[in-house]
Amino acid sequence: MNVTKIKVGMASCGIAAGAAPVFKALSDKFGGKVEKTGCIGMCYREPIVEVLGDDGSSVIYGDINEKRTAELIAIIENEEVRKEWAVFIKGAPEFEQSLYNSKQVKIVMRNLGRINPESLDEYIAAGGWEALKKTLAGTPENLIEDMIRSGLRGRGGAGFPTGLKWKFARASDSDKKYLICNADEGDPGAFMDRSVLEGDPHSVLEGMAIAGFAIGSDTGFIYVRAEYPLAIKRLEIAVSQARNAGYLGKNIFGKGFDFNIELKKGAGAFVCGEETALMRSIEGNRGMPTLKPPFPAQSGLWRKPTNINNVETFANVPWIVLNGWEKYAAIGTEKSKGTKVFALTGKIKNTGTVEVPMGITLREVIFDIGGGIRNDKKFKAVQIGGPSGGCIPASLLDVPVDYDSLNRTGAIMGSGGMVVMDENTCMVDVARFFLNFVVEESCGKCTFCRLGNKRMLEILTRITEGKGKESDIEELEKLAGQVRNGSLCGLGQTAPNPVLTSIKYFRDEYIAHIKEKKCPSHVCKSLLSFTIDAGKCTGCTLCARNCPVKAVEGEVKKPHLIEQAKCIKCGKCYDVCRFDAVIKD
Amino acid sequence: MTDVKTPAADIKAINSILDAYSGKTGILIPLLQDIQEKFNYIPREAVELISEKFHIPYTKITGVITFYAQFRTEPVGKYIIRTCMGTACFVNGGENILDAIREALNVEIGATTGDGLFTLEKVACLGCCSLAPVVMINDEVFGNLTPQKIKTVIENFKKRESK
Ligand SMILES: Cc1cc2nc3c(=O)[nH]c(=O)nc-3n(C[C@H](O)[C@H](O)[C@H](O)COP(=O)(O)O)c2cc1C
Ligand code: FES
Repeated sequence: MNVTKIKVGMASCGIAAGAAPVFKALSDKFGGKVEKTGCIGMCYREPIVEVLGDDGSSVIYGDINEKRTAELIAIIENEEVRKEWAVFIKGAPEFEQSLYNSKQVKIVMRNLGRINPESLDEYIAAGGWEALKKTLAGTPENLIEDMIRSGLRGRGGAGFPTGLKWKFARASDSDKKYLICNADEGDPGAFMDRSVLEGDPHSVLEGMAIAGFAIGSDTGFIYVRAEYPLAIKRLEIAVSQARNAGYLGKNIFGKGFDFNIELKKGAGAFVCGEETALMRSIEGNRGMPTLKPPFPAQSGLWRKPTNINNVETFANVPWIVLNGWEKYAAIGTEKSKGTKVFALTGKIKNTGTVEVPMGITLREVIFDIGGGIRNDKKFKAVQIGGPSGGCIPASLLDVPVDYDSLNRTGAIMGSGGMVVMDENTCMVDVARFFLNFVVEESCGKCTFCRLGNKRMLEILTRITEGKGKESDIEELEKLAGQVRNGSLCGLGQTAPNPVLTSIKYFRDEYIAHIKEKKCPSHVCKSLLSFTIDAGKCTGCTLCARNCPVKAVEGEVKKPHLIEQAKCIKCGKCYDVCRFDAVIKD
Repeated sequence: MTDVKTPAADIKAINSILDAYSGKTGILIPLLQDIQEKFNYIPREAVELISEKFHIPYTKITGVITFYAQFRTEPVGKYIIRTCMGTACFVNGGENILDAIREALNVEIGATTGDGLFTLEKVACLGCCSLAPVVMINDEVFGNLTPQKIKTVIENFKKRESK
């Protein structure tokens, strides 16, 4: 076997984990055989290196830090395989049939970690830009019909049928129409879109060009958040490559279709992910949502008919065109077709991105693919849908992942962030966290969103500080209803969801905070007390020396004592004690 | 907003940025982004020049500047430390990281250290949630942090500077 190619995962996550020096060391040694690629989704094993041979072999190694690089170079030179480091070996059943791999279906992520995102040739070799060619040989009407039949629903959160949306935009009569790709990805804990943009930017451009043809638009914008510098860079490269090769521009494939794409960088406002706010932002204004109707399909950007879709939605499109709507519709459930990409984070073992068929259960995603909870702690909840979503408890782990089933839990599908929480996470504190987020990000236009959320935050804060009143839960529920009904855009309408779901499923935690003045997860500082178990304390003085406020007293080799009035509950004594003598309660 | 007068050379730099936008639409945000990229903040003079040249009311420009978290009206330190306060980082102890940075630099969120080296900011999510908790210093991302690790990172930056 001869090594033909070595690929290093160089998405943001890989680089942050230290892939750049690995890439450099391998390039110095093997020159042009070494290539960058996107993220295959196994962030928990970054940096990742794949070694490909001329006999069609492929071995993917994980945790290749700087130290391991020299050894890896030797392994490659000797044409060996180091099984213990491998995260995947082509043809080996223990990898190919592992739950992690066999439960995933890769459509959106089809090229991630496989192609060099900065190479147009590699995208083309993977079938890239063929879908646009095929599209331009047909009619927009047939294309839209196929899209409707595929059952693809928008992946930006609300799940509106994509084909239908295109149909409305096509039906709008105007001299000018716009197409927008929403790459604002503001939900904290979500990074599916970043992965796609960094790993396969051409697929998004191609999906946009196809949508442009469908609705009759010649101008596309990608609104991408400024916090994603690498995604922006790779998009810029891809746009200029596509322009030079004639996939964007005038008279594409000689079919008389013109389409261009321009990048717009966000400026750090979560509400700009909302479509009407986003359009105000592109126009150069404050990103305040506007009332719908009129819908963007009638009056959007600069009051022209506009179609807006999410990154993942667009990335599905070329695949559907090439493989046919039937094949797409064969995946998933009756009302939720195809796959969904999720970002697994929090207290889960296998953090990263995964792509699963709709209808799979949460349990399969979190335990079979995600590997379960870190440090073998107990699963408590999974937060899906970000600030608009909710916390789903263990009793609902067998709920299938589809739009309607998730809605019934009080959460939403959302954009795809799944933050897993264990027994050490306090649900009241999580609800407070989300409300704090919403209060900071509310644009302030609607009174209930601006003030109602603030009142709710005050109540939650007071509960976590042990000053909660028995009427607080009721008060929260009342305010939640008012905020939901009194807000213009999705931000306010869904802001109470994290609070309501946590009350619904974790009411006992609220009651413990309010009545017993206890935080069962030992998170809320004001409700904690630190004491020293005199039987276990050896008088080593470590805690006393580390206490920032000198609240620990005691002589050497004699049991210490924490003076409660002075204690600021920072937990330093608890962290440093080597004898488990500090009791946190 | 700061009242420090921008030197003449900078006025020239501002004007050359503005010239690139003549005759275009939807320019305000990219224009401000370019200015901030150049100066690290948006000088008052830039706002005045934009207002004059493009006939955009001064108040509208400041309205936009204050709406978006990205824009700053004060000069910043050489290194901007962005601490992630997103969900994944929160669940994995992001607040402790923030506390550690505050302690190491003796500076509050939004402020710059006395030596002008570090500005501390918080952000909603850096998209590297799989490595939570995460901090970004200028364009470099540091993941899987502990309070001790971030202190070492900061120490290394300080050492690099004192050389
Ligand atoms: C507060 C708020 C934030 C949103 N953020 C995003 C986002 O970051 N990315 C996104 O694609 N959609 C976001 N949306 C949904 C968009 O408004 C819009 O529905 C979506 O871009 C449509 O694309 P789709 O049909 O392909 O899902 C957000 C909505 C709200 C109310
Ligand atoms: S939540 Fe911190 S990087 Fe996403």
